[in-house]
Amino acid sequence: MRHGHQNPENDVAIKVQGLAKSFGDVQAVTAVDFEVNSGELFGFLGPNGAGKTTTINMLTGLARPDAGTIHIGGIDCTRKPRAAQHLVGVVPDESNLYPELSGFDNLCFCAALYGMGKTERQARAKELLEAFDLTKAAARKFGGYSKGMKRKLTIAAGIIHRPRILFLDEPTTGIDVASARQLRQLIGDLHKNGTTIFLTTHYIEEAERLCDRIAFIMSGRIVRIDTVANLVQPIREKHVMQISCASGSKDLLGELVGEFPDLNFTSPQPGLIQVEADASIRVGPLVRFLEDRGAEVAEARRIRPSLEDIFVRITGVGADVMRREKERPGGNQ
Amino acid sequence: MKHWIAFWNILTKDFRTYYLKPPNISWGLIFPLAWTGMFFIKSGQGLESISSILPGVIALSILFGTTSLLAVTVTFEKKNRSFERLLLAPIPLELLMLAKTSGAILFGVVNAFIPVLMAAFLVDLGHVNWLVFIPAAVLISVASTFLGLFIAVAVSEVFEAQTFSNFFRFPMIFLCGLFFPISALPVFLKPVAYALPLTYGADMLHGAIHGGNIMSFPLSLVILALFCVGLFLLSLRNVKRKWIL
Repeated sequence: MRHGHQNPENDVAIKVQGLAKSFGDVQAVTAVDFEVNSGELFGFLGPNGAGKTTTINMLTGLARPDAGTIHIGGIDCTRKPRAAQHLVGVVPDESNLYPELSGFDNLCFCAALYGMGKTERQARAKELLEAFDLTKAAARKFGGYSKGMKRKLTIAAGIIHRPRILFLDEPTTGIDVASARQLRQLIGDLHKNGTTIFLTTHYIEEAERLCDRIAFIMSGRIVRIDTVANLVQPIREKHVMQISCASGSKDLLGELVGEFPDLNFTSPQPGLIQVEADASIRVGPLVRFLEDRGAEVAEARRIRPSLEDIFVRITGVGADVMRREKERPGGNQ
Repeated sequence: MKHWIAFWNILTKDFRTYYLKPPNISWGLIFPLAWTGMFFIKSGQGLESISSILPGVIALSILFGTTSLLAVTVTFEKKNRSFERLLLAPIPLELLMLAKTSGAILFGVVNAFIPVLMAAFLVDLGHVNWLVFIPAAVLISVASTFLGLFIAVAVSEVFEAQTFSNFFRFPMIFLCGLFFPISALPVFLKPVAYALPLTYGADMLHGAIHGGNIMSFPLSLVILALFCVGLFLLSLRNVKRKWIL
């Protein structure tokens, strides 16, 4: 299936050590270290301006690091920034194909950039159009595609040359639910076929569902790298409950702490009380306590902590805030 | 071989996408036609003046045609990020930039022959030294294209590229000996004239068409070739410095 340079020495597809980059006075990336194993789906998560795109640009040869080393497929890209480009496919956060060309011609052109002959590139373009359910739109100009179709064709263009390593920058941002689901399926299939995938996304649930390992980046520094299972395990062992109050819950946190010293109470938003404990939480006493003090309890439900909770704890940025930032115009800058 | 597949496809894609579009046809055909008519009427000398006007019109046609194209094929693609796709491809940067500019060079050479074809209907061109004319037209195309590349890489918006191009193009009309001899320029402007590549190309064209050159052909050829190399290297340096941050 795949071709290109093989790296018999080890099983590391991407190795980054001490990577740093600044733009004027702004330190975009600081001493970033990580490794991505061959065949791994590696998530790279962080809020806007955290340094994700700068890191991807350095990995793909679109930016020069100020310090540190990058090895892609065993090739030292710090010394030869363009030497590993045949191994790599890149899907940018915005579709950057040619609006005047048809879907088919765009794919053939991208294949030609990697030196594929005419027969081979036409066959590959047809194969990908079929796989991405775009055959009927093959002759239409790319400029007339819907957003979801554009994303799909951009991903198809990124893998036209069967790269060993694929960089996917926000693949499902701004597209409809059905297309996003289809893209996740396609990403999963690529992963199963052994492609190493470096994924950035603002959708934490997407990262949780797809990735083997995740790195959180904040202010240009990696703050945590681990498998999804290891990241969520500590909070999965916790018992968490959310109590929604229609009214009267204001200023009751202090009293709750005094009455239930074994429980931790927070208020993520007005009218909502979050309770955490190492053991099972009994609902009845809590609800009675609140209602005795005039609070009108609307709902009490147990919640299953997710990667999103870990992300919020580590970065201090709400996942919903991050999604909104990304989806507003220019939010990916 | 693989690199040449990429080279050829970049070139043909640009031709299909950009070159045969109305704005380029207007810059390449209508603009030189208008200038030819203007200078022809202004000279008031009748058909015999065509030979002396022709070198300037050819040089102008090449200059405007090529520099306008680069603003689209390079600046526009950089702006909409499709140029990143090219930068990510496993092609040497030098070859990539040559692929992006070769179409403009060909376009410039074709543009050079349009005024010649028109003039052929009006005057006898049997005396033209084609062995000088052809290398001159090619080198003017290359130098103008690389000047356009230098400008396209220096700016970030298409309109800036067009404006910045005019900053070079319009003075060249008057300073490079296209229609007015350099000897007639004020003393302080003469060094500027010799610092511009079009001066050498236009001089070769004057020599080839009506024997009116002031420098030897080999000298003009070498200086023009040096301008081509210098502008290309400068543009490559700017691409590396500005676009691969």
